Amino acid sequence: MSTTAVAGTDTESAAGSLDVDFSIRNLWKVFGSDAAKIVADPAMAQLSADEILEKTGCVTAVRNVSFDVARGEVFVIMGLSGSGKSTLVRCFTRLIEPTAGQVMMRGQDILNLGASELREVRRRKVSMVFQHFGLLPFRSVIDNAAFGLEIRGIGKAARHARAHEVIELVGLHGYEDRFPDQLSGGMQQRVGLARALASDPDVLLFDEPFSALDPLIRRDMQAEVIRLHRDMGKTMVFVTHDLTEALKLGDRIVIMGHGEMVQIGTGDELVGAPANDYVADFVSDVSRSQVLTLKWVVTPVPDDLPGDGPSLPATTVIVDAIPTVLGSPVPVRVVDNGVTIGVVDRDAILREVAGEKSF
Amino acid sequence: MRLTSASRRRYFSSAAILAASMLLITGCSSSLNTSANSSDSTSKCGTVKLAMSDWVGYTANAAVYTYVAQKRLGCTVKQLPLTEQVGWQGLGDGTVDAIIENWGHEDLAKKYITDQKVAEDAGLTGNIGKIGWYVPPWLAKAHPDILDWNNLNKYADNFKTPESGGQGQFLDGDPAFVTNDAALVTNLKLNFKVVYSGSEAALIQAFRTAETNKTWMIGYFYSPQWFLAEVPLKNVSLPKWTEGCDAVASAVACDYPVYHLNKVMTVKFAQSNKPAADLLKAFHWTDADQDTVAKYITADKMTPAAAAQKWVDANKSKVDAWLK
Amino acid sequence: MSAGDLLQRDSKAVTIRRRIPRWAYPLAIVIVAWLIGWRIFNNMLNLPLQTAQTTPFHLWLDQVNNWVGDNRDSSPVFVYFFDAIRDIVGWLASMFTQIFVHTDVGLQLPEIGWLGVIVLVTWIAWLIGNYKVAILTAAGFLTFGLLGLWTESMATFALTLTAVFFSLLIGIPVGVAAGLSPRVERLVTPVLDFMQILPSFVYLAPLALVFSIGPASAVIATVIYAAPPVTRLTAHGIRTVPATVAEAADSLGVSRSQRLWTVLLPLARRSIVVGINQSVMAALSMVTIAALIAAPGLGVPVLQGLQSLNVGVAFVAGLAIVILAIVLDRVTTAASTRAEVAARSTSAGRKRARRVGLIIGLAITAIAIYLSRTVLWAAQFPTEVNFGDWLAEVINGFSTWVQHTFSLVTINLNEVFTVWILNPFQAMLTETPFILVALVILTVALLFGGIRATIVSALCLTVIIAVGLWEDSMITLASTIIATIVTMALGIVVGVAMGRSTRIDRLIRPGLDAAQTMPSFVYLVPFLGLFGPSRFTAIAAAIIYAAPVAIKIIADGVSAVSKNTVEAAESTGSNPWQIITKVQLPMSRKSLTLATNQGLIYVLAMVVIGGLIGGGALGYDVVAGFSQISLFGKGLAAGVAIVMLGIMLDRITQAAAQRNMRTPGASEVNTAHQHHQRTKKGTNHEIDKRQPAALLQ
Repeated sequence: MSTTAVAGTDTESAAGSLDVDFSIRNLWKVFGSDAAKIVADPAMAQLSADEILEKTGCVTAVRNVSFDVARGEVFVIMGLSGSGKSTLVRCFTRLIEPTAGQVMMRGQDILNLGASELREVRRRKVSMVFQHFGLLPFRSVIDNAAFGLEIRGIGKAARHARAHEVIELVGLHGYEDRFPDQLSGGMQQRVGLARALASDPDVLLFDEPFSALDPLIRRDMQAEVIRLHRDMGKTMVFVTHDLTEALKLGDRIVIMGHGEMVQIGTGDELVGAPANDYVADFVSDVSRSQVLTLKWVVTPVPDDLPGDGPSLPATTVIVDAIPTVLGSPVPVRVVDNGVTIGVVDRDAILREVAGEKSF
Repeated sequence: MRLTSASRRRYFSSAAILAASMLLITGCSSSLNTSANSSDSTSKCGTVKLAMSDWVGYTANAAVYTYVAQKRLGCTVKQLPLTEQVGWQGLGDGTVDAIIENWGHEDLAKKYITDQKVAEDAGLTGNIGKIGWYVPPWLAKAHPDILDWNNLNKYADNFKTPESGGQGQFLDGDPAFVTNDAALVTNLKLNFKVVYSGSEAALIQAFRTAETNKTWMIGYFYSPQWFLAEVPLKNVSLPKWTEGCDAVASAVACDYPVYHLNKVMTVKFAQSNKPAADLLKAFHWTDADQDTVAKYITADKMTPAAAAQKWVDANKSKVDAWLK
Repeated sequence: MSAGDLLQRDSKAVTIRRRIPRWAYPLAIVIVAWLIGWRIFNNMLNLPLQTAQTTPFHLWLDQVNNWVGDNRDSSPVFVYFFDAIRDIVGWLASMFTQIFVHTDVGLQLPEIGWLGVIVLVTWIAWLIGNYKVAILTAAGFLTFGLLGLWTESMATFALTLTAVFFSLLIGIPVGVAAGLSPRVERLVTPVLDFMQILPSFVYLAPLALVFSIGPASAVIATVIYAAPPVTRLTAHGIRTVPATVAEAADSLGVSRSQRLWTVLLPLARRSIVVGINQSVMAALSMVTIAALIAAPGLGVPVLQGLQSLNVGVAFVAGLAIVILAIVLDRVTTAASTRAEVAARSTSAGRKRARRVGLIIGLAITAIAIYLSRTVLWAAQFPTEVNFGDWLAEVINGFSTWVQHTFSLVTINLNEVFTVWILNPFQAMLTETPFILVALVILTVALLFGGIRATIVSALCLTVIIAVGLWEDSMITLASTIIATIVTMALGIVVGVAMGRSTRIDRLIRPGLDAAQTMPSFVYLVPFLGLFGPSRFTAIAAAIIYAAPVAIKIIADGVSAVSKNTVEAAESTGSNPWQIITKVQLPMSRKSLTLATNQGLIYVLAMVVIGGLIGGGALGYDVVAGFSQISLFGKGLAAGVAIVMLGIMLDRITQAAAQRNMRTPGASEVNTAHQHHQRTKKGTNHEIDKRQPAALLQ
């Protein structure tokens, strides 16, 4: 999963540059009358969401958020319910109209698009998968999958051919003529996924797609997404409240709280260096050894380290390093881009594995 | 836009089939209709639209007129069951050609005859209508003196109902008539309260129940009326009607006038010179004639058409006179 | 919220309420003040108006009416607008009339004789529904002939088709607009309320004046009454399309019209079909009234039966109306299921069999239509087979027997009830100064409904005073409230019994359906025989009409109480009485309030009918206004007063429902209920099962 990782937490990279799919700048979404005024008023814009609510009765769902989503990455937006994450992802294609800020998609200013241009973006470039599937109950699986193509005006034969492909892709072959209510939740979400894939978009948005599913099915679906990402390499923006899911899928994760960005980074950055108590609390239950890479547990290279000892890349997750480290009589060298940044020894590994609850 | 769901297509196709068959059907008229010799009903007489009120006197008039117009003149008569006011309204907009028994209705006459000049008087029918106060027969028999209004207060307590509070109940019926009853009760200083039953049916049923159960009851009624054949209500005499005694509605203290019932027709119909219009103008008979036909219909349970035929057969000369 | 939570919340609310009901003290104070005010200021400032009296406002309305009559032929508004409407409506009505009832040529036989019609409608029922409703249709239409009412039934059928066509033509687009835009909805809702509550007697005469008497104005009068249900339910259907589905469609880039046609309308279809159902039923309930302005059909024998006090004749015609209602109801319901069944039918063999059957059926239909146009016995229903007269005799005998046997008892019952309950209550409303009564009403509105309901009530009361009918309105209000209380008592007893036992439900429900469809004119005569013309009779008639609705709502509410909760209560050793009073009734409180609301509206709908049988007050004013030109203005004013009472009571009870339950969306309580009620019916169960969870959430 980490092969396409884009390193760094640089949120300032230039909007519209070629390797960025979505560039969000100073995005606000305030619900209520006169929302625009609140954002425009610098004194108000200073306040926290709670204070704005108290003063004006307006609910601030997204407060001054900026980040980039790189092409091909899986970008996870994470937070508790009410943290504004679902609102945020809807602002990407203006399913919810942002109050202020900028949303650029490959150099296109989404917020300045006319209705028909926006429809084109939704029809061809960005597709979304929803928590409650949003399937049309009176249409069969194949017609649901082909719905996006149908509204683009593609003929029946062509769109059914394409729909067959994507249905196959999501593993629903043989279910084409079923109706949504004849399918399990997981299968329904596969239809939702097929529908999103049918138009071959550049970006896929997922809004808590698996939170309504059973744990086992959720695991299958997560694997499915990983597989699809691997095969198709599409940019994905994935909203979830489940940290395990976020860590499993996300190249980078942004943690939202009260409408604000709390921290952005790779999974091990969040676990290894939580920015504040909120994040720390979030990641406290995570199995650190399964998330953290070796760079978080390295110790300085002892002087007596033999030069021919085993070495591991810094991006190796701790659990994966256990056999090597435990099997090595000497501390294992940790190499990042050819440079040795330190070593891990048995004690360090065991401390992480055994003591993760005490963090 | 593409609406391709199977069901929608199916609906379109079935709708198309339906529409096509409808067109097919209405396009050519039924062969039964066209094969029938239709000359007799579409003769020069044409169609007469006759408002139909529901009392039996009216039914008798209409039945005889219809029978003669159809059999002797070859007209088509369309009978439209309507309340009186709506019937007049029909005269106004031409959906009705004639009313064959009209009870006064000065307000309507003023509106449609005097002001709008769309209708005109078509002459008297020869029948007389009487509005008055009535009691069930058993009561008249048990207390004969009740038939004089002067004795009503003596019995007022017996007429009490929960509807009338502490006073005797006087029941009014058909809201189509302007009644003087409230004024009469006040001006004759009767210890009664007028209660509005709201419909003719309610009034008749009340009289019927009163007769069956031998309960006390007094109310507004009129003759001729078919119900009088079933239960011969007894009239209570009121102070005699004199010209002008009912000029001021709130000061009325006399009996209702006798109505010389007439016919009303649209100006257009009257000036059409159709034989049916002339027949309507000429139609005139006696109370005895009307009662005979009414009896055929109510007591003998004949259909109006059969009753009319029986009377016409027995009164050829009268009918011939109308047609001269 | 789980059922457990609900129970907890409710039981908590109940215990609190039992100790100190929040509204008890203010209410007690107001009632005491009212009683004192009644005693002290008796008959002062109570705004009386004699039955025959009118106010200048009423006379002004008369003048408006006269103006309309005078300018009918000259004003361009009439010549180019109203006449055009009448011509279009009349054209369609006459087309259906020619097909089903009679033509104007030759023998005046219809284009399709009885045999052709029966086979045709049966085939259509099969095509759009299923074989079961096809059989029902055939049996129903055959019955029309056997009752000796073929022509009348076809006339009613033709006018109903016309009226429903125009109701849908207007109702569905307006409903869509209202569903899409809350602003349009706010604009449309009061108009719909007005259209539905304004008694048809009020606008019948003016309508006849504007459009002339006859089928066209009868259709227009029917449309006024029948368009609101489909409008409301279309709007409801569009509004309740799951946001998740609509959003998903948006995310795919649907345009506005694609959104409407491919998402909203298909998802709202079930609600729209329920609306069509309701509009058909509403149209049929206008049949009798339309006969008053020369609309041909089954209403004519009903009215004639009433006028000649022939219960049997009226009943037979009423029965035909009920049968037509049942057939149309079942066929439209089946048609809504059909599309889904057809789309999902897995067996190609069965599909093919059906198609072959339908083609054969079409051939048979063609033959039958051909026969009915060429052979007299197939064109005219044979008069030899006529069970109508026999049935009428039986009913007459039965009615007479009932009246003879019970009338003394029932008249005494009337007396006791009127003297001890109705008269004192009415006296309190009519003999107290109007200001005090208005204050009492507003306080009640404030306590149970809240600020908005109070403001609306104040406006309504102001209008009532302004139209000069305060006293009559208070008399009507007294009867209305008492009728509603009895209706609710009946509703709770029967509704709980039905809600607890599906067997009882299945036994009683068809009777309730029939009672609602049977024109009330039919049972007025026996009622008059039993109780005499009085307010009590009017109240009894209103209860007969309103109770089925209340019973159904309560039954549905009780049966909807979670089985788990009842089971839990049973496990604690509750006896049936405790389960009813402590679990089932408190938990169906929403249904109870809803039943009260609907009960009130249905009782009010009978005010005018009550006016025909001694109800007096506003009902009589309206009836008299219809029959007497000099009282037209007063009748119209009384109609407005009825609407004001209706809106006031509706808003107070609805607001009370919302407050009590704290349930979101209770403002849609009306339509939601109708929806619910409909979907409960057997024919819709299949649909229910097939609907995805998203729709039923």
